[in-house]
Amino acid sequence: MIIYGTALLSICLLLGLTMGRILGNLAGVNADIGGVGISMLLLILSCDYLQRSGRMKPPTEAGIAFWGSIYVPIVVAMTASQNVLAALQGGAVALLVGTLTVGASFALVGFFVKAGNSNSPAKG
Amino acid sequence: MPSAFQSLEIVLIKNSLLVAFAIMGITVWISYFLSDRLTRGRLHGSAIAIFIGLVMACIGGIITNGKQGIADITALSGIGLMGGAMLRDLAIVATAFGVKAEEFGKSGLVGILSLLTGITLSFLVGGTVAYAFGYRDAISITTIGAGSATYIVGPVTGSAIGATSEVIALSVAAGLVKAILVMILTPFLAKYIGLDNPRAAMIFGGIMGTNSGVMAGLAATDPKLVPYGAMTATFYTGLGCLLGPSVIFIFIRTIFG
Repeated sequence: MIIYGTALLSICLLLGLTMGRILGNLAGVNADIGGVGISMLLLILSCDYLQRSGRMKPPTEAGIAFWGSIYVPIVVAMTASQNVLAALQGGAVALLVGTLTVGASFALVGFFVKAGNSNSPAKG
Repeated sequence: MPSAFQSLEIVLIKNSLLVAFAIMGITVWISYFLSDRLTRGRLHGSAIAIFIGLVMACIGGIITNGKQGIADITALSGIGLMGGAMLRDLAIVATAFGVKAEEFGKSGLVGILSLLTGITLSFLVGGTVAYAFGYRDAISITTIGAGSATYIVGPVTGSAIGATSEVIALSVAAGLVKAILVMILTPFLAKYIGLDNPRAAMIFGGIMGTNSGVMAGLAATDPKLVPYGAMTATFYTGLGCLLGPSVIFIFIRTIFG
């Protein structure tokens, strides 16, 4: 049944978000720390277990894969509901802070990626 | 009797999520058509779709003066539900289906390292610009630095340490500028920074941190990289909210008093 896959996905997300909140509370912040990341690990581990024990049927997989495959339109809907105007009206300081941070961050990503590659040339 | 237009409007408002599915389907179709015909596939269809999404958000903001882009138009409010945290998180977790757990483990250490340096870098750059523009108190410098982490870390940090509402608004705007620039620039800069494998995507997510920026930026570059970037980025905002009002604020206060 397709709903089994979607239910499994939802359970992983609900559990993961709860754990993220608990982690946040333990750290003393009113925010979620890594909820989505924990959910992803839960999904990977539970799917792995079901596949190994032969209980993962193709319809169950389809109930998960569907949501992953409409990721792009969901992200487009997310961008369409951003407060873009506030960003444009934030003035010179906001524009400069945002632009310089992004520029420096891209440079840092490039540095990290290349540093790792030279340490382990086998990965090429 | 209500006119045909009024009837349509009632149906659209009552079924707002379906309106969102329809509009997003058409938007993606147009984007892939343009990608194919105008750029011969060089610019990814999803990159064009995300750009159209930003334009829609702008139009919505101008028409309604609201905070939720196009979703503030009543008949299009379903776009806010479709792109809201619930369905977005569901879809992003689903992208992890089929990924091997070892992939994350292999880059775990560099992921943590990129998170810490990414958060530090944001506070450093944001704080420096704030200082250059004449903000000399530790509270304002920290809050603007927090805004350059993400538009959630900014207001959370600012209200925790008692920043003025003007500075908090500025930090939100700075975070929004960052998110939007990451969405737009990632597909163009990906090849220069080696962003074409799971490990690089985890570094990217950890350093950029802005969830919406990372998710949209990677979707526009190569959807296969999305789960890896999302994995690290999901820890960024929480860590930023943890470090901003505590360690980083104390550090900045010892410098600026």
